Parts: sequence; structure tokens; C-alpha cells
Amino acid sequence: MSSVAEQESAATEGAAYDGLRLRGLTKSFGGFTAVDRLDLDVPRGSFFALLGPSGCGKTTTLRMVAGLEAPTSGSIELAGQDITRTKPHQRPVNTVFQSYALFPHLTIFENVAFGLRRRRVREVRTKVEEMLELVELTTHRGRLPAQLSGGQQQRVALARALINEPEVLLLDEPLGALDLKLRRSMQIEVKRIQTEVGLTFIHVTHDQEEAMTMADTVAVMNAGGIEQLGAPSALYENPQSTFVANFLGQSNLIEGTVIGRSADLVSVDMHGVAVSVPAVRSHADGAKGWIGIRPEKVLVGEPGEELDAPGNTIPGGVVTDVSFVGVSTQYLVRMPWGQELQVFAQNTGRNRLFRTGEQVELSWRPEYAFLLDHDQDASAGAQRVDAS
Amino acid sequence: MRSGRTGYLLLLPGLLWLLLFFVVPFYSLVATSLYDPAGSDFRGYEMTYRFGNYLDAVTDYWRPLVRSLMYGAAATAVCLVLGYVLAYAIAFKAGRWKNLMLVLVIAPFFTSFLVRTLSWKLILADDGVVVDVLQTLQVLGDDGRLLATPVAVVAGLAYNFLPFMVLPLYASLDKIDHRLIEASSDLYAHPVVGFFKVTWPLSLPGVVAGTLLTFIPSVGDYINAELLGSPNQRMIGGVIQSLFTDANDYPAAAALSVILMVLIVVMVLAYVRRAGTEELL
Repeated sequence: MSSVAEQESAATEGAAYDGLRLRGLTKSFGGFTAVDRLDLDVPRGSFFALLGPSGCGKTTTLRMVAGLEAPTSGSIELAGQDITRTKPHQRPVNTVFQSYALFPHLTIFENVAFGLRRRRVREVRTKVEEMLELVELTTHRGRLPAQLSGGQQQRVALARALINEPEVLLLDEPLGALDLKLRRSMQIEVKRIQTEVGLTFIHVTHDQEEAMTMADTVAVMNAGGIEQLGAPSALYENPQSTFVANFLGQSNLIEGTVIGRSADLVSVDMHGVAVSVPAVRSHADGAKGWIGIRPEKVLVGEPGEELDAPGNTIPGGVVTDVSFVGVSTQYLVRMPWGQELQVFAQNTGRNRLFRTGEQVELSWRPEYAFLLDHDQDASAGAQRVDAS
Repeated sequence: MRSGRTGYLLLLPGLLWLLLFFVVPFYSLVATSLYDPAGSDFRGYEMTYRFGNYLDAVTDYWRPLVRSLMYGAAATAVCLVLGYVLAYAIAFKAGRWKNLMLVLVIAPFFTSFLVRTLSWKLILADDGVVVDVLQTLQVLGDDGRLLATPVAVVAGLAYNFLPFMVLPLYASLDKIDHRLIEASSDLYAHPVVGFFKVTWPLSLPGVVAGTLLTFIPSVGDYINAELLGSPNQRMIGGVIQSLFTDANDYPAAAALSVILMVLIVVMVLAYVRRAGTEELL
């Protein structure tokens, strides 16, 4: 596992870094800067995800690592070697393309053997058979790509890249063309293969769930740069910007005025209610800020009810919408200051369901809240169509 | 059973057309080739099933026959090299000039075949620029010429049939997903290797279609040989034409026509089978 702290220490070592290192990487197309002075360290052997909405520069970054796009400036270093200007066919990097890009005139066997044959590796047959076994396609070796289903083609694309044992394997939205069910099983499959072969995987995706399930480190990209980087749980639980808070899952962001800061707590006046946020979860220095709380961390109860959450209690809510989704119930609660907050309540059977129009009280534990910079757009990264 | 009868009804006009303008003439051609050659246009011919006409035709005219196949093959080879480069450039490098370049490829068709070939006569003329330059460069001797040589005929054929090569090649190349070429370079293929392993095999349907569309009409062509060559470059089409119109030897002309047709069909079948592109037929 790799943490942000480990990465930072690796970055400061200066000596030969055995992973992939991007420094000041920039790519402009005409007047448009797709990737803007990107610094990134991907530790060897990690499953790394570049997550972001379309147009955030994640695919361009990947193509620059593959050598299919020349950087405008900056450098790419792999296992201590500068490969910024190395031709794609000379890089120890392989890509699983978004549309697979299998060679339609070659059999599955020859598709997988392509890289080995170009490098004149010996024992092609044994290696290809081994790889076909890994992706469970041995019986399809003689077929053409067009005779395979989408999921099978995807596995061929993976095998064709993996067999070369690259320093870095790049996956460009590899599951994007599959339907939801197949995608879920391929996510587990790819993760299993990565654990088995132990190569560095860099996975580009716009699907936050996919990134969080598969990767051990996720870098959230926005507008050509990295917003935040870390383990999926760290990103989700403690987002440092409104973009990450909204793009990764959903967040309630409520305006508040800072009324006091102590060593480990920040007190905030939230429309007349005093709430507190742990200092380590405060990412705003100004007098105002966005108090963030995940919908599933908010408890809902009748006015005056003793909720299992000492600390922040906010009275005066009115339920405006109820959606029952089986495992949970999703409420929209209008607060006295007019904002509607989302609440996801687990259907544990302990709490009764509330109906639209009922008076409720909300509550959450202070350690779940986070405080974000008020200068940021509270809706940044939101309003995506999920799992499309 | 909605489509049953209507389908056949829709076939009818085409079948009638083929019957009238292909089956009947073809039958009459084969029949003519077996007539007694002693007859003539005026006195009429007698059907004697004389298969010897074929042997006579081959012994008398095997030179122009072989020459035609060779000129056709040479013109096709020239077209393939020039056409592939041109089609590749249009498909992959032309960008927004793509459509303009395609129009330019077809533009010669706006003038008549004869006029275009005649203008080549001017280009290759003894006192023309091309001969001048080649003489200065010592490629041609001081009294060397291009007109009335096989070079002129093959050049004319290649020029006239180049669009038939470029268009199918372009269609094939343009269809190739650029990401496949990226994938090949990602998988350690040098661009040149990538071309031969990915681009070339994927363009084969275009190569086969283009070579057929160039080879077949060039073998049968006689205008280029007539206008740019001398009697020494006479092609089989010219022989057939003069046998029909000048010598009035219908049986010989018909026999030669059938021989040419069979030869080409056999060669095309063998070629297509070898290239593994039967779906084109």
C-alpha cells in the first residue's frame, strides 16, 4: 500500500526513483492547455487511478506516458530513466486502449503474441498460452477479435499488453464499453490480475466507484491538474476541495463562519447553530468556509429525539422528499436557512421512515465533518450522471 | 412470404438487361469464333464448329497477347506504387485537404479519355520538355525518344487508370482505425514494421480491388498503344479492333476476344484466391 506520506518522502529523495515520475508535465493543443504543470509520482507495483471528468487531461497524461503524445514541456522519468522523448515503441510501457484496438486481421493468439514477436522474445508459444490461461481464453486462441464478445475482447487487450511485462501498464477507460454487470466483474478480475503479476497499473477513468474499488491510490484530476491524491478512503472521508467532495460521492456543503480555532478543533457558526470540525479536517483558513458532511453520516430523527451523535445537532428541518432504495432511504431535508440537505439512512429497522412534510432534526458526529475553502465553487464536480 | 415474389420481380429488369446485352452478345461472340473463316461479312458465315480458329489466333497473335499482359502488369505495378503513396497521404496526412485531393484524383475524368491520351503525346514528344530533360541528364541518348516505346505506352496506361487504383485504396486505408497503428507502436513495432504488420494487411482488400480495376482495363486497352506507341507496341485490343473493322476476319477476332476474356478470368480467380479476398467477388 502506498500513502501520500510515502509518496512525498519518495519524491524528496532525489535519487533514482523506481516508479514513474512526472515533473511539470504540460500539454497544450493550440490555445488549450489539457495538462498543466503536472507533478506526479506513481510508486512501482501500485494500482494507481487517475480519476476525473472528461476533458480533465487524464487521457492526455496517459498518452504522454505511452509516448503517443509529445509533451509541450516537462519530463517523464521511468525507473530513473528520462523517457520524455523516447519513441513509443522503445518504451517499456504498454497500453490497454479504450476501444481495445485489437488487430482485426490477427487471431487472438497472434494479437497477444504481437509485442513478443516485435522484440524477438523466445518461447512465444509458451508465454502466450500462459497469458491466455490467465485471462481464461485458451479455447479462443484461433479466433478473430470480431468473433469475441466485448468482455472477451477486453481480456485479450489486457493480455496483449500484460504479456510484455511492462514497467507500467496503462489502462485507458478499459471497462467503459462494457455493460454495468460485466464491468463490475471485470473490475475484480483486473484487480486480481494486478495483484498476481505485481506490475504498476495506471488506470484512467471517470467512474469514481471503479477508481475506488480497484486502485490503492487515486489521483483526482480537474482542469489539467491534480486536485487531491491518496487512498480511496482518505479521499472520500477527508476531501480537501469542493471538487473532490462532490466528484467522489456526494456531499452536503453548508456555508459557515469560523468563530474559533483551537489546536484540534475549529468551531463554526452554521446559520446560527454552532458546529465543530476537527482541525485536521479543516482545509479553509479564511473567516468563512463550507462545512461538508456526507449524506450517510447524517442522522435524522424527530425533534428533541436523543440521537446517537453527541455534538452537532441542527433542528428545524422539514422532509421534502423521500426515496426508498431498499438498503437505505434517501431524504431531502429543507433546513431553516432554505438549503436542502441530503440524508441517507440505513434501513436497519431501528429507525422509522419519515414522510414528506414531517418536522425532523438532523445530527452528525463532529469527526465526520470537514471544512472547505469558501472561495471554491460549492457545486464544482457535482451533477454528473453516475455510472453511465 | 412478403419478400418472395417481389424480390424476383425486382430482379427482372436487371436480368433482362444482362440477357439482352451480355448473354446474347456473348453467345454470338462464341458462335462467331467457331464460324468457317472462309466466309465474309458480305457473303455470310457458315457454322462449322471450327475450333482450329483458336489455335490459329494464338499462333498468329501470341506476341501482342503476351505484350498486352506484360504492359498491363507493368502499368498496374506503377499504379500500385504511385497510388498507394497517394492514397496513404490522402487518408492519413491530408487533413482538411482530403476532399479537395479526392476531387483532383477524379478530375481527369471530366475530359475525354482520347483528349487526355493525346495530350500525353505532347508531353512525351521528341522535342518536348520530358525528352529534353532526360537527354540532358544522359538518361536518354541524343536521338533517344519516348514516343513509340513501351515506356510511353505503360506511362499512358498507368496515367489513365491511376484513379481506379487510388479510389479503392483510399477507401480501404481510410477505414483503418488510427488507434491500431498507435497500438502497434505501443507494442514495440517500429513505424515501418507497424506498416507491414498492420496497415498493409488491412489495406489488402483495396490493393486487390485496385489492381483488378487497373489490370483488367489496361490489358484490353488499345488507345494508349495506338496513340503513344508504334506497331511494335501494338496491344491485343488493337489487333481485335483491326481484325473486326479492317480485315473483316470476324472468326479470328471473336476467337481472340474469347481467349483474352478466359485468360483474364483465370488470372483474376487465381490472384483473388491467393490474396485471400474471395469476399470481393
